[in-house]
Amino acid sequence: MTPTNPQLGAIKTALFVLCLLPAFLLWRGLEMDTLGANPIEALTRATGEWTLRFLLITLCVTPLRKYSGWHWLVRLRRMLGLFAFAYGVTHLLTYVWLDQFFDWHSIAKDILKRPFITVGFAALVLMTPLAATSFNAAIRRLGGRRWQALHRAIYPIAVMGCVHFWWLVKKDITQPLIYAAITAVLLGLRAWWREQERRKQLAGGYQPAHGPTGKVIRIFQSH
Amino acid sequence: MLIRRPIDILPSEITSSELYHDRRRFLAQSTALALAAALPASLARAAGQSLGPLTKSPYSIGETPTPYKAVTTYNNFYELGTDKADPAENTRRLKPAPWTLRVEGLVNKPRTFGIDELLKLAPLEERIYRMRCVEGWSMVIPWVGFPLASLLKLVEPQGSAKYVEFVSHYDKSTMTHGVLDWPYNEGLRIDEARHPLTLLAVGLYGEVLPVQNGAPIRLVVPWKYGFKGAKSLVTLRLTDKQPLTAWMKAGPSEYGFYSNVNPEVDHPRWSQATERRIGEFSKRKTLMFNGYADQVASMYTGMDLRRFF
Repeated sequence: MTPTNPQLGAIKTALFVLCLLPAFLLWRGLEMDTLGANPIEALTRATGEWTLRFLLITLCVTPLRKYSGWHWLVRLRRMLGLFAFAYGVTHLLTYVWLDQFFDWHSIAKDILKRPFITVGFAALVLMTPLAATSFNAAIRRLGGRRWQALHRAIYPIAVMGCVHFWWLVKKDITQPLIYAAITAVLLGLRAWWREQERRKQLAGGYQPAHGPTGKVIRIFQSH
Repeated sequence: MLIRRPIDILPSEITSSELYHDRRRFLAQSTALALAAALPASLARAAGQSLGPLTKSPYSIGETPTPYKAVTTYNNFYELGTDKADPAENTRRLKPAPWTLRVEGLVNKPRTFGIDELLKLAPLEERIYRMRCVEGWSMVIPWVGFPLASLLKLVEPQGSAKYVEFVSHYDKSTMTHGVLDWPYNEGLRIDEARHPLTLLAVGLYGEVLPVQNGAPIRLVVPWKYGFKGAKSLVTLRLTDKQPLTAWMKAGPSEYGFYSNVNPEVDHPRWSQATERRIGEFSKRKTLMFNGYADQVASMYTGMDLRRFF
């Protein structure tokens, strides 16, 4: 099934609203004072977790597309990735503003000295060029292959996000472990596809490079 | 034509609306009363019950106490769950009555105390203390309790007793599995244990200690990080060897035996220079020995506090 353009537009609008929902609920929680005794910690924690969730949801697009045959899903990927970045920036802002009160000296020290902050900060820095090259003109300008190579940075970014979470937890690592397991599956799938592809080529049956399902799909609409 | 139907309920038989709307409270109150009457006095002790007239203490600080709701809903009590909100939701996992506290080891008079004996052991005092968590947040809590020193005096520690080990209650069938090596235990040097600031708390805000705060009796050591204050104590053991505590076993490089609040010695993964006082927007500078340096610093003269963290 492939939605028509107006249908896809509606799906995108609905998805956009859905992606904003966590932010809206957090905002309401702050206003109504339902985030617990330490709302600032709750806010920092929630924006961080949503960044990680959106990264993983973004990474789900390709496997979903591959196994369902719904190639149009890839048209939703940019929005999901940009939401991951937006939640990441909010997460950094809560730290810079509400935790450190713009004490740049202390922030710089933290980034250099605390491995969990180093990793988290590096992940967000790495996300920046991806967000900056997410619009159509940038894709055209870079060329599909280079653009794709650059955007594979999401793999290390997701791993760094998991490590960042893991290292900050005092003792109970159940939660970071769940995120790490999902990341491992999503990245493992890609490694496995790659290996399959390599074997196929070694077996001699080299076919001209196609997408994983042998169908060229547009990731943006050209005019 | 108007046909009148006979009224099948007499107005006198109709429950008044006030009583009707109040039915839940009525049921709850009558049940509570019946239960209270059926239980012996010590079992009826429950969180929220007043502990009666309390002695004021010169050790109390003048800062505004953190609201009751925050003190009782934002807790680290891993036996009842590892999220801050868990302990208040899982209070049924720990029955604070009946309860006994065993004091043993290098003492002349080992003894098991019932909770009622403990409550009468010394005049109950209100102690308003700062509480600084190793995670970087803090509260001001009006504890009710008595100095641990009064209890130690009764059991007569021997000269060879150099440390006190504190062991918390653990019930495998209802409490958290894994995370830490259960039961939870903590330790103090004997001079720290005898220090007048060191408190055995049985209440807060003038009332019986809620389960999530370590009912029915817990340790409070205000110049150390909060985790030193072992909750729901069942055993005190006087020893000649430094106890290996649950947190030392869990992370030897992160949690030391002393764990004195010290803004200059960071946790390996985060800074301890500042803290967020619960309910405040800006962070505060963390004070040496949590602001109790005048009273306790002399116990550590000549010690390298970086090494003995």
